[in-house]
Amino acid sequence: MQAFEYVAAKSISEAIDLLSERGDQARILSGGTDLIVQVREKRRSLELMVDVKQIPEVNEISHSSADGLVLGASTPCYKIYNDPDIKSAYPGLIDAVSIIGGIQVQGRASVGGNLCNASPAADSTPALIVLDATCVIAGPSGTREVAAKDFCTAPGQTTMENGEFLTSIKIPTPDTNSSSFYLRFIPRNEMDIAVVGAGASVVLDESHKSFVSAHVALGAVAPTPLYAEEASNLLSGQEISDEIINQAAEAAQAIARPISDMRGTANQRKHLVGVLTRRALNGAVNRVKETK
Amino acid sequence: MPEDKEFKVIGTRPIRHDGIDKVTGRAAYGADIHFPDMLHGKVLRSPYAHARIKSIDISKASSHPAVKCIITSDDLPLVEDTITELGETVINLKYLSDNILASDKALYKGHPVAAVAATDPYAAEEAINMIEVDYEILEPVLDVRQAMEPDAPVLHESLKTESMGKGEDQSQNVASHSQRKHGDLEAGFAAADIIVERDFSTATIHQGYIETHNATAQYNEDGELTVWCSTQGAFGVRDQLSKILKMPVSKIKVVPMEIGGGFGGKVQVYIKPIAALLAMKTRKPVKMTMTRTEVFEGTGPAPGSYIRVKLGADKTGKITAAEAHLIFEAGAYPGSAVGAGSLCIFAPYKIDNLQIDGYDVVLNKPKSSAYRAPGAPNACFASECVIDEICQKLDMDPIKFRLINGAKEGDRRCDGPIYPKIGYLETVEAAQQHGHYAESIDKTPNGKLRGRGVASGFWMNGGGRSSVTINVNADGRINLIEGSTDIGGTRASIAMQAAEVLGLSSEDIMPAVVDTDSVGYTGVTGGSRTTFATGIAAINAAENIRAQMIGVVANHWELKPSDVKFKDGTFLAQKNGEELQMTFKEVAAVAGGPLVGSVTASPGGAGNGFATHIVDLEVDSETGKVDILRYTAIQDVGRAIHPSYAEGQVEGGVAQGVGWALSEGYLYNDEGHMTNASFLDYRMPTSYDLPSIETVLVEVPNPGHPYGVRGAGEVPLVPPLAAIANAVSRAIGVRMTELPMSPDRVLEAMGSI
Repeated sequence: MQAFEYVAAKSISEAIDLLSERGDQARILSGGTDLIVQVREKRRSLELMVDVKQIPEVNEISHSSADGLVLGASTPCYKIYNDPDIKSAYPGLIDAVSIIGGIQVQGRASVGGNLCNASPAADSTPALIVLDATCVIAGPSGTREVAAKDFCTAPGQTTMENGEFLTSIKIPTPDTNSSSFYLRFIPRNEMDIAVVGAGASVVLDESHKSFVSAHVALGAVAPTPLYAEEASNLLSGQEISDEIINQAAEAAQAIARPISDMRGTANQRKHLVGVLTRRALNGAVNRVKETK
Repeated sequence: MPEDKEFKVIGTRPIRHDGIDKVTGRAAYGADIHFPDMLHGKVLRSPYAHARIKSIDISKASSHPAVKCIITSDDLPLVEDTITELGETVINLKYLSDNILASDKALYKGHPVAAVAATDPYAAEEAINMIEVDYEILEPVLDVRQAMEPDAPVLHESLKTESMGKGEDQSQNVASHSQRKHGDLEAGFAAADIIVERDFSTATIHQGYIETHNATAQYNEDGELTVWCSTQGAFGVRDQLSKILKMPVSKIKVVPMEIGGGFGGKVQVYIKPIAALLAMKTRKPVKMTMTRTEVFEGTGPAPGSYIRVKLGADKTGKITAAEAHLIFEAGAYPGSAVGAGSLCIFAPYKIDNLQIDGYDVVLNKPKSSAYRAPGAPNACFASECVIDEICQKLDMDPIKFRLINGAKEGDRRCDGPIYPKIGYLETVEAAQQHGHYAESIDKTPNGKLRGRGVASGFWMNGGGRSSVTINVNADGRINLIEGSTDIGGTRASIAMQAAEVLGLSSEDIMPAVVDTDSVGYTGVTGGSRTTFATGIAAINAAENIRAQMIGVVANHWELKPSDVKFKDGTFLAQKNGEELQMTFKEVAAVAGGPLVGSVTASPGGAGNGFATHIVDLEVDSETGKVDILRYTAIQDVGRAIHPSYAEGQVEGGVAQGVGWALSEGYLYNDEGHMTNASFLDYRMPTSYDLPSIETVLVEVPNPGHPYGVRGAGEVPLVPPLAAIANAVSRAIGVRMTELPMSPDRVLEAMGSI
């Protein structure tokens, strides 16, 4: 592994200054479960790691009526799935953070890091997209917000510019009669990267017979995680049925443009998008019904 | 031979002698070796799967301030073509030497080209990247069938096919062709009512031992080389170092550290000669450890294979003829396990007419090496799947089919030998009577597809040379000095055999695995030989001690040795109508000095091992994913010395077999680069992927061992591939012939994608 400098920033402004100075030779270190591996395996070279785990705002979980849930970008997975409020309000996010890496990795890995690593197969990103999450980005010219669905631009690339970094993620308070679900397909039962991932969130009517609205997002079937807009829209106002869920699954398949690699073939991925979209939607619908 | 069949120690489950050190972290492994003035070695490996090395320029790397030494193949003594035996395989030393550091050609991605010793490991890594190698890139060949084509890229210009004892003229990639044949094949197939013929393929599979290869070498001014390392056999390492470095064996001491798994993969040397050469040149200790990627790309996996099997049976289920073609990946140099695979393929059955052809084919992958019953998992996958298909077509119970055709004492094995007492049919009967087989499976619960599979397997098991010294201390406890690496609990299984002879408890024995200067020659821990052969050496040494102690007692009581009896750890005699007795410990105290018994043994008569497995599983018809629901592994172990460790061997074999069947395999891109050289994407089963594995130990004592021991460590990897394939095939209604049965292949077979 190459030698590099390490600074534990104490404030957001200190981190911004360091990032601005070093440009692409500096990188934020949060859990490090991607970054350190990339440097060790020579897939990334850098001069400086800026540890943000000592910056209070980046490590807090808070709830407010205006912003909903605010997750500090460095909050590790285990803190999220051990939080009873998040567990009841955002089950789809819990699904995702419970399967990132193994249990040791979940002690360090953060949702913010998962987003910023910008892997097309990141588990938490589709879960955040369907929850309508917003990314809060700090930078030299102040703070700006970007929707989670627009955050990743290419494999390993995000909308963030030089000097900017992700400080928190805001997730709106869910509606009544709503729930969410995320699942992925992996050949084993642990320790794999998603061959395909699918997240769904649904808002149902009082009787739980129809969709008020729904969101579907996909992982590992395009250069970035995808929001399946058409699949989401066609469910709005529709009565819940296998047929409409199949239509949504087909619409999701239509936007998938997967590749073949060592984790799966393009045909397999396209097929799995249909299977997983159905399972994610049914999973979210069943959760609404079960909580009644 | 003990007359008393009631064992005191054998068959019990004492705590292993090395257990506390291992669970507390005190056990010392190769990576724990450290010297204050130590250097760190690192290997430069070929980035190409097939390339001619035109030149190597080390000048820039040499100028790195932390670099102390750089070596290439020019620094290895020239080794001639010599065939030598190494554990379970034979190898040409020229090839072995070229595999350590490539001379003219790099034959796989990861092939070592040069090595550096530097004052710290990071500098060593920097320095290897400063070595400039001029390669002429050649077309790689990655599939055995392509490698056999006449116009395929040739790996070794000097390699001519050896076909059934005769050499051919043409340079090509087929290193050898062997044939085993008896009876009348044509007549046998003519007598068949049903014939099934199919092609099968298996992937290149790594042993996946948790501890990577390591070596620390020190060369003293008096010309003595010491190497601390992780190995299955310290004497095997000494032999290889002696031949590769052209040094007398007496100048080399190999110190085996604790081992974090081997499974056959830690017999051949890789970085040990490099560390030795760097130490010899720098006169400083040099330490090297491999990364996981280096282990995948640069050490010997089990060969991938293509196998065609044709089997005929009559209406009653009797096999009338069998034919097999086995084509195995040797890797970069000749010497796959195709020979062993050819012996094993039909070994559980009595077949009067058969022909087995084996081909050993080189291609641009790392040189294959042994992996737990080398060759047999591949071979029996093919034969046991064809048998299952015949059973389906005859509408016959697969257990019944095996009872009809199973081999027993007096039957002739496919390659010639007549079976002595074996326990194959006993494993089949135990399967038939097991509650698992009696219980039917619900075929389609909640839209999922379920299937049950049955398969059997065979492994020869080995004997060979082992040495043991027993020292009796004045307090009556004994040191048992041995040379067998303890991979699977053999300190315990060997000590328990000595304890049984001497009437002691397992805890009274203190076993120690020592270096090559401190015990007589001992073969590798491999071939399922250690509990059998080192066990016999320990029994012989204990009998020697017992005889010496009878002498001590006779002297003490002023009797003749023949007047003294030994029973349950007590020496007994009658003198002048008086009953005399002394315990082992009392005798040790009066012996007046150490009693030492040293023995070397090379027993034949390793009894063959057979196993029959039953598996139930479920296939998700939408995703193609297979979940194993229940697994029962039945095996004849002859005699389980320590049943927990015998069961552990069986469970471990099944766990690895699940990986071969469902998820493991080297993946390559078109350039011949492995694309999954990490445990993230080389998918070994995790604990979440395995069911609770039930083991049934059948004990049909081996007449070749005083207590009836048969090797137990390898045969459990043989049946799982076919058992799982048979279950998947029955679940989805399509015959699966390619391993691993990954979800995409299952979906393809079902026509879903």
